[in-house]
Amino acid sequence: MSDEQHGMFGAAGTGDTSGYGGLVRATASAGSSQRPFGGYFDQVADDLERAYPDFADAIERVVVDRGELTLHIKRERLVEVALILRDKLKFEMSMGVSGVHYPEDSNRELHAVYHLLSVTNNQRIRLEVSVPDVDPHIPSLVEVWAGSNWNERETFDMFGIIFDGHPGLTRILMPDDWQGHPQRKDYALGGIGVEYKGAVTPPPSDRRSYK
Amino acid sequence: MASRRPRVGLEEKLPSGIVLTSVEKLAGYMRKNSLWPATFGLACCAIEMMAAGAGRYDLARFGMEVFRASPRQADLMIVAGRVSNKMAPVLRQIYDQMAAPKWVIAMGACASSGGMFNNYAIVQGVDHVVPVDIYLPGCPPRPEMLMDAILKLHDQIYDEKLGPNREKVIKEVEAAAMAAVPTHQLKGLLA
Repeated sequence: MSDEQHGMFGAAGTGDTSGYGGLVRATASAGSSQRPFGGYFDQVADDLERAYPDFADAIERVVVDRGELTLHIKRERLVEVALILRDKLKFEMSMGVSGVHYPEDSNRELHAVYHLLSVTNNQRIRLEVSVPDVDPHIPSLVEVWAGSNWNERETFDMFGIIFDGHPGLTRILMPDDWQGHPQRKDYALGGIGVEYKGAVTPPPSDRRSYK
Repeated sequence: MASRRPRVGLEEKLPSGIVLTSVEKLAGYMRKNSLWPATFGLACCAIEMMAAGAGRYDLARFGMEVFRASPRQADLMIVAGRVSNKMAPVLRQIYDQMAAPKWVIAMGACASSGGMFNNYAIVQGVDHVVPVDIYLPGCPPRPEMLMDAILKLHDQIYDEKLGPNREKVIKEVEAAAMAAVPTHQLKGLLA
């Protein structure tokens, strides 16, 4: 993953005098966390280890960042972990499935992030699964949380992650015959150039690269 | 309502309570006072459209407060918001289902030209899909502006010609449009 970002929206060498073109920001990706995680996170991890003997094998890493717990799970183990979390740890709701695209992160380009809520215990954790771009398959969690149906369709539509076992994995936002997946970083913004009284404004995708 | 044609003496002999006019004028008068808008709210402009229909701005003054959910019962489509490529065929179908004569207001910058959404997902002006009678600028336009557009549309409908007269007007407008200098050939100040 890139460690620093230059400029804003990728603006560089454009004659931009706002100062954003010279901006350099370090983007620290959160590393793995060690115990104690703090708050109820230790309790959640203990309960999960107790209820799920293969915990060490299923978890790639645990990240606690900004007071939020994220468990990175191997995709082969996702459904098992999700069932344990739902039935034993009372995470009754999946609030959504987010997609993330990291083009520089080879073999882990596409991530799916599940935001879980326990209504019983008033707890929130996150599951994250990463897959390579060439093999974007993740087992579907519709059988575990029925509400994931449309969420997974949206993530498929925007990022092209294929959720195996989904009852009807079709596009949900874009037209059915659409080409490509718009939220990927390498997807061009599109748009048209505008010409008025001799002044020409190029299409947005030519103006800035929109990182 | 009085006819503008030269008097031929008939008006002098009419009993009281009788008014003479042309069929065109009468039809225009009836149509402009009986517009039924279809609900086509797509984004934030729809909020302003709803405000225009509610008590404070009171579209009922023009007899237009009832927005019909069925295109069969409507003859004015107010496209309020940005139209995505996926919505475009739906919009066209709703328009086709409306009974003629029918009119379209492109409400706001997005419906008129794509507005701030110059990207892969949004139709760059709803006139790519349906013929537009009034372009209403603003982001979003205030209810007063929507009502101004509606009143201008009323005037337009009132003056609308029928039959051969209408064909003649359409030809004249077309000829004027062809003779006009296209905007990409216009030079100079951007005003």
